[in-house]
Amino acid sequence: MGIYTVLMPDVGEGIAEAELAEWLVQVGDKVREDDVLGVIMTDKAAVEVPSSVSGVVTWLGGEAGDTIAIGAALIKLEIEGDGNAEETVGEQTQTGNTLISAESESAATPAEPATRPVQELTLSVASRPVAPRRGEGEKPLASPAVRKRALEEGVDLRQVSGSGPAGRISHEDLDNFFSYAPVAPEKSTRGQNTDVSEIKVIGMRRKIAEKMALSKSRIPHITIVEEVDVNNLEELRAKLNQKHAGERPKLTVLPFMMRAIVEAVREHPEMNAHYDDESGVIYQYGGVHVGIAAQTPAGLTVPVTRHAEALNPWEAATEVSRLAAAARDGKASLDELSGSTITITSLGPLGALVTTPIINHPEVAIVGINKMNIRPVWDGQQFQPRKMMNISCSFDHRVIDGWDAAVFVQKIKSLLETPALLFVEA
Amino acid sequence: MADLSCRLLVIGAGPGGYVCAIRAAQLGVETIVVEAEKPGGTCLNVGCIPSKALIHAADEFHRIASLGDSPLGIVSAQPTINFAKTVEWKDGIVNRLNTGVAELLKKSNARLISGSARFLDGKRVEVNGPGGVQIISAEAIVIATGSKPSELDGMPFGGDVISSTDALALAEVPKRLAVVGGGYIGLEIGTAMAKLGAKVTVIEFGEKILPQYDKDITQPVAKHLQQLGVEVMTRTAAKGHKAGTLLVESADGRKTEIPADKILVAVGRTPRTDRVGLAELSLTLQGPFIEIDDKCQTFMRGVYAIGDVTGDAMLAHRAMAQGEMVAELVAGRSRVWDKRCIPAVCFTDPEIVDYGLSPLSAEQQGIDVVTGQFPFKANGRAMTMENESGFVRVVARADNHLVLGIQAVGAGVSELSAAFALAVEMGARLEDIAGTIHAHPTQSEGLQEACMKALGQALHI
Repeated sequence: MGIYTVLMPDVGEGIAEAELAEWLVQVGDKVREDDVLGVIMTDKAAVEVPSSVSGVVTWLGGEAGDTIAIGAALIKLEIEGDGNAEETVGEQTQTGNTLISAESESAATPAEPATRPVQELTLSVASRPVAPRRGEGEKPLASPAVRKRALEEGVDLRQVSGSGPAGRISHEDLDNFFSYAPVAPEKSTRGQNTDVSEIKVIGMRRKIAEKMALSKSRIPHITIVEEVDVNNLEELRAKLNQKHAGERPKLTVLPFMMRAIVEAVREHPEMNAHYDDESGVIYQYGGVHVGIAAQTPAGLTVPVTRHAEALNPWEAATEVSRLAAAARDGKASLDELSGSTITITSLGPLGALVTTPIINHPEVAIVGINKMNIRPVWDGQQFQPRKMMNISCSFDHRVIDGWDAAVFVQKIKSLLETPALLFVEA
Repeated sequence: MADLSCRLLVIGAGPGGYVCAIRAAQLGVETIVVEAEKPGGTCLNVGCIPSKALIHAADEFHRIASLGDSPLGIVSAQPTINFAKTVEWKDGIVNRLNTGVAELLKKSNARLISGSARFLDGKRVEVNGPGGVQIISAEAIVIATGSKPSELDGMPFGGDVISSTDALALAEVPKRLAVVGGGYIGLEIGTAMAKLGAKVTVIEFGEKILPQYDKDITQPVAKHLQQLGVEVMTRTAAKGHKAGTLLVESADGRKTEIPADKILVAVGRTPRTDRVGLAELSLTLQGPFIEIDDKCQTFMRGVYAIGDVTGDAMLAHRAMAQGEMVAELVAGRSRVWDKRCIPAVCFTDPEIVDYGLSPLSAEQQGIDVVTGQFPFKANGRAMTMENESGFVRVVARADNHLVLGIQAVGAGVSELSAAFALAVEMGARLEDIAGTIHAHPTQSEGLQEACMKALGQALHI
């Protein structure tokens, strides 16, 4: 009879320890060769540990949830014939649990008979050190010459990372520190900042960049800015919000703008279209699918409110906020992010006086909403304080003439200034 | 005498003071160093150097005297020693070094003034010398007044009760020598005297001799003392003396009378701060020592302290390093005490070298370590020199194998201290030393093997 020790297997390059997820055997259990003894977790996967021998479990190297070093004793079996370890070996390697690293050789071949002296085995467990980060309060490691140079150059070696063995700081590390270290603040409080950060344009940002370049390079934009007196609209909005407070979603300007676009498009269907400039075809759409530019942590997205012509203001408001939230959380489906036929862009309170919106290719028109504020307006006899808001609209000048664009903008303006018109069936 | 002023005034021309003065003068700092005795301090006059001379003479004598049972087949008549001549030779070395230090000071343009100094205030010192009294004012002042042997209560130095200074100036070898204190000073002198024919008894208050070291290290020394016929009484205190006898009492209350012609009291050293007029300054003390920061600055601006007056380790090479640093600071350079550790050597037989952390001190500091110990018994060179006792031991961090300490005990290991010091100060890992070819056959191979052993790959054991 002998004791056979199964070691924590080497589960992958660079992995020094693994969590024991589950035992499938108990002390006293009989196991046969290839039976699964337990399951260990690495940060990548769960790995089953099979037995390479048949025998009876006599010792478990930990409880589920324990983290055990690669190469440490995991389980011991009593087997027929000679084991692979003296009893003391097991105890020694057990203390190895606390060591982070292990000889991969002994881990990779657990069946190798351990006839080596006890002490040598324990030492070999510690023979591949990982360089720990410098602990708190630990002195940086550097030769006297490096220390002296750092002192004379006014460098605190604690701020320098060492590339040498055991984290030793070399002259080269100091050189590197000098070439990258920020200028010491006491030397020049307003020094020139020569930092250049390299940021790869990838993913979402690359998509946005490509889309903007496409729109701006292919489409000759004409932008028309008009100011809108929104006193009546704001009055109506306030009344509706007050009336349905708590029952219905709060209305912003957006649902009204969407409605105005729907009404204006009725007279100017050429605005609600896609221009396929490669095949020279314009597709005019019956349904008004309004893209609304939204800022998300990852960048600009344009979720689409479909069939705005079929929605009342509250339905539109609900849909817009649902889509905005989905886009912000990165949960919007591809379907919800494509297929718009005309787009609204608004920077909200940052809306500025005037913008020059870029058309969402292959659409032909975009409506930009600027900031609302109170301005003095001459009513013929005196200045009146009026709530005014600019709208900045861009059009694809290849297919939309300036005249038509201006008429469209005027239509939107008049609809917004007399909001009752928005709800009167033509 | 005319009053003087300078940029740097160093009080005391011991190893710390003279190094400080030389370095400062080299850097163009106008420097004066004041010394009441001969330059060189305790180390050169009544410490390291004369004791090593005595130890060497004793070793040579003992080697020939014990040839009788030599396995080398050498036969010689029993030697005799003309101790007066030995002392003359020893004094010759000390004189040569005195002159050497004075010349070095002169060559570097530092001015050596003979006299005893006393502070008037933080910028002025009154020097009482052979030519009269003069006042020296300086921008910076370094206190490097050293230390003196501590006395034992009830047994002041005088008559048969002698200090280490007296012991090194004896005209003849005492027949029976009692050594109070089993530290390195007592054991170095005691061993030498035993080799020269004295019947030596060592009285140590603690559990064992050389209490700062662990038992592995002290064991070869204790064993050899026994072979030399030195009686070691531990857990025993000296209680008094009368003519030709030392009275001692052991921890269990047993009183013994030890016949002794001379009683060497070597129970430590006291900083020499009493006659410098420190009361005129507002310095903070740490026990009897002057408190300093990591630039050897005292509590007073412009007043530095170096060497034994600043406490442990009271070793010449620490004082020298401090002196050099202070000189450069005074010269306007950026310096800070950033040494990783200070080596300590005991010229016992066998010798002990201690550098950095021992396994025990690492444990006390909560550092997880691996150690490797290589015995000279397995070293070819040690065998050919008939001295196989002792070992080299290396202590390294378990996680990254950074060498934290190296200790060795064995014949001539003091000369290995350079390798030990360099390894620790440069931040070597076990693999660095194990991967360095060490010349064969030398005792230094023991260091490489100890590191290999710590890595689990020793070849010769």
